[in-house]
Amino acid sequence: MSDVTEHGHGHHPFLQHHFEDLGQQHEASTLAMWGFLATEILFFGGVLMAYWVYRISYPEAWALGAHQQNTMYGGLNTIVLIISSLTMALAVRNAQLGSSRGTVLMLILTLIFGSTFLGIKMIEYHMHYTEGLFPGTHWNPMLSEHARHVLTMHPELGPKLQLFMVFYWGMTGLHAVHMVIGAGLLIWMIWRAAKNHFGPEYYGPVEVMGLYWHFVDIVWIFLFPFLYLIPGAHT
Amino acid sequence: MSQEHAPHIHITPLWIYIAVFLALAAGTLLTWYASTLELGALNTPVALLIATTKAILVILFFMHAIHSTRLTWVVIIGSFLWLGTLFVLTFADYLTRHWAIY
Amino acid sequence: MSTATPTLLDVRFGQGVRNYLNEDYGFFSWLLTKDHKRIAILYLISVSIMFVLGGFFAMMMRVELLTPEGDLLTSDTYNKFFTLHGVVMIFFFLIPVIPAVIGNFILPIMLGAKDLAFPKLNLLSWYLYMIAALIGLVVIITGGVDTGWTFYTPFSTQYSNTHVFGTTFAGFIAGFSSILTGLNFIVTTHRMRAPGLTWYRLPLMVWALYATSIVILLATPVLAITLVMLMLERTIGVGIFDPALGGDPVLYQHMFWFYSHPAVYIMILPAMGVASEVVAAFTRKKIFGYSFVAYSSLAIAFLGFLVWAHHMFVAGISTYSAMIFAFLSFCVAVPSAIKVFNWTATLYRASVSWQTPMMYILGFIGLFTIGGVTGLFLAALGLDVHVTDTYFVVAHFHYVMVGGTVMAYLAGIHYWWPKITGKMYPEWWARLAALLVFVGFNLTFFPQFVLGYLGMPRRYHAYAPEFQVLNVLSTAGASVLAVGYILPIVYLIWALKFGRPAGPNPWGAVGLEWTTSSPPPKENFHETPVVSWDAYDYPAMMKAMGETQNV
Repeated sequence: MSDVTEHGHGHHPFLQHHFEDLGQQHEASTLAMWGFLATEILFFGGVLMAYWVYRISYPEAWALGAHQQNTMYGGLNTIVLIISSLTMALAVRNAQLGSSRGTVLMLILTLIFGSTFLGIKMIEYHMHYTEGLFPGTHWNPMLSEHARHVLTMHPELGPKLQLFMVFYWGMTGLHAVHMVIGAGLLIWMIWRAAKNHFGPEYYGPVEVMGLYWHFVDIVWIFLFPFLYLIPGAHT
Repeated sequence: MSQEHAPHIHITPLWIYIAVFLALAAGTLLTWYASTLELGALNTPVALLIATTKAILVILFFMHAIHSTRLTWVVIIGSFLWLGTLFVLTFADYLTRHWAIY
Repeated sequence: MSTATPTLLDVRFGQGVRNYLNEDYGFFSWLLTKDHKRIAILYLISVSIMFVLGGFFAMMMRVELLTPEGDLLTSDTYNKFFTLHGVVMIFFFLIPVIPAVIGNFILPIMLGAKDLAFPKLNLLSWYLYMIAALIGLVVIITGGVDTGWTFYTPFSTQYSNTHVFGTTFAGFIAGFSSILTGLNFIVTTHRMRAPGLTWYRLPLMVWALYATSIVILLATPVLAITLVMLMLERTIGVGIFDPALGGDPVLYQHMFWFYSHPAVYIMILPAMGVASEVVAAFTRKKIFGYSFVAYSSLAIAFLGFLVWAHHMFVAGISTYSAMIFAFLSFCVAVPSAIKVFNWTATLYRASVSWQTPMMYILGFIGLFTIGGVTGLFLAALGLDVHVTDTYFVVAHFHYVMVGGTVMAYLAGIHYWWPKITGKMYPEWWARLAALLVFVGFNLTFFPQFVLGYLGMPRRYHAYAPEFQVLNVLSTAGASVLAVGYILPIVYLIWALKFGRPAGPNPWGAVGLEWTTSSPPPKENFHETPVVSWDAYDYPAMMKAMGETQNV
């Protein structure tokens, strides 16, 4: 149970003074996070729209691009992130139940799984980079065995493969940035939960953290099939 | 002055979280499997359907939308609808052009 | 919390009475403030500086255009000047001005709240704005940018040798400032209204700011991602708009205008909110068709998202989609027209008071109408092919942005100045300035409609000799306009010290903000108000105010 003490003038120490009560504060902060997530939907949605414009225009190049991805790593990462979403949801639940220890444990697990995701992503990025699949001055797809094979037969796909890879690095990069920010926020939440800040009457920050984390998970739920499982890539 | 009120709590039972997790994991395996099948024009809609279902499960249960206010629903549905206008009207251009992009 | 009840004299003259201005002293009490009223003033100062900067670029352009030859500035420099004029005026003045200056100050008070929902985020908004402005200033000092404020690709991504990255990064940061303000307004309006203040009792300014905030929330992120992709392409040399990779430069335009068209509604919706407040106050009547005006704000917000490609009619989109966008662009004029009709109907048989705010708003209604109607000219596909990229377009958007937003902003500043500072401005000088602004504005921009129709292209530092007379008229008008803009800066600052002290309600207007002292106390109200009257309900409110003023 939360053992937060009142700080002298009769109300919860984390009640901000311009709010009437904790309920209003809670509703305001969750509404604000949903509003922020709406902006994120439009943010990622913008680049997804661009991705689809080109996907319908260059289906073979997109399939070739997806073939360069390691579906095992991508699928593993998807599962890892889903597990982290579960632990995040359980962290919120523990905060609601007033179990600081449970909250801390679940948040730490979320951080571990999130970091695992980032680790696997780094492995993938390293692979792509050494295979010459980073767009720009280091672009050299001939270093990738499969790409070299296809591009020798269909050189016109080369530029469009690079276009695909701009999307791959751009979208997964943006997603990774959001994960890193999320990891930082998780550390802050862990610190606060360990100090028994949260309980049934005040768990807003954990819930809001959860909303953000789940959103980042949803983005990946779409990125996985879009970047790894394009029709024609793995047949 | 309004009465003091604490945040409205709805505590989701543990089994629901586990069930959603299992559904999400199954969905991941399913979408991978479906991508290995030759479904022709259906490959893309199937992948989108699975991904959308997974997202809906996360939104409804992990993000507690199922117990949230109507305003929250408006925000969620509204933002996807708005994104939809970006997609629809941009594709209205690209799909009615008679020339290749470049 | 103050326990001594101020007497009427104290409230009237603001002397010795605790208010948000004299509550705390010192540099950091301002720079680290969480009070929405002080943040509004911080914005007022920064935004005014940016307005002067943008105006400087404009003056240089108008001076160059006195003669047909490009003799004052090289073409490259001229390109930088029209780009910077656009970037500064749009991102650093027009988009933030009414929400961040007037909205920040007045919205919580109109809602009967102590502050916005997230005061620290509000302060962060201002700091993000300042960081963006500082980056912009560094860009200007180190050589500027010449792509046009629209940053069209591939010139911006592949060919321009100016600070494209820096400018777009500044725009990206400014976007976050905007989004945080919009979020704050939406949450505050939903969750922090005073008891009894139902949606249909809200002042129309609140509806306007709410609609604006929805647009900010949904449009700005798309600009953000577009600028990110642009910055990425600028950095690694290849990108999604790059034709060499199979990319489409027109896709950039789709994504850019998906934000930038709704952006103009971000600029005009709050101005329309101010118009409703001022018309109601200076006719002492309820706005005719309150619910129509309220809903039309939401309709503009929605329809404004569906018309963006009318900026791209000749860019290479398909004819079919051009037709769809042209039709939708005609539709979006309807809710704006509804507002104009309702304001006009409010004026009918009203006892109009010709104070400065009203003068500005009457000018606003007329000039916005001209701007809006010429927008319809541009929405007509065939006609647009003739006048696109000419001075006709330039005149159109200046009529709506300057004749519209800037005039309404000046109206709002004068209307709420007594509330913000506790002092009245000098009415005679203010009316003179308003007149100069109106005359100067029309002299500057009406000739540009003719110039555009006759074929003078925009964004050129030289033009055909037969256009000179109209250009000279336009520059002359700009000089008058400049005087009209400088005057308020002078007399408003003068009024801070020497102005006549204002009471809580110098206009005798209806509204929660007029029930509290001028300037308001830090917490806005000594007691949370309970609202039992409709918006602009003059009879009921005068009775209630009569009672509170005797407290």
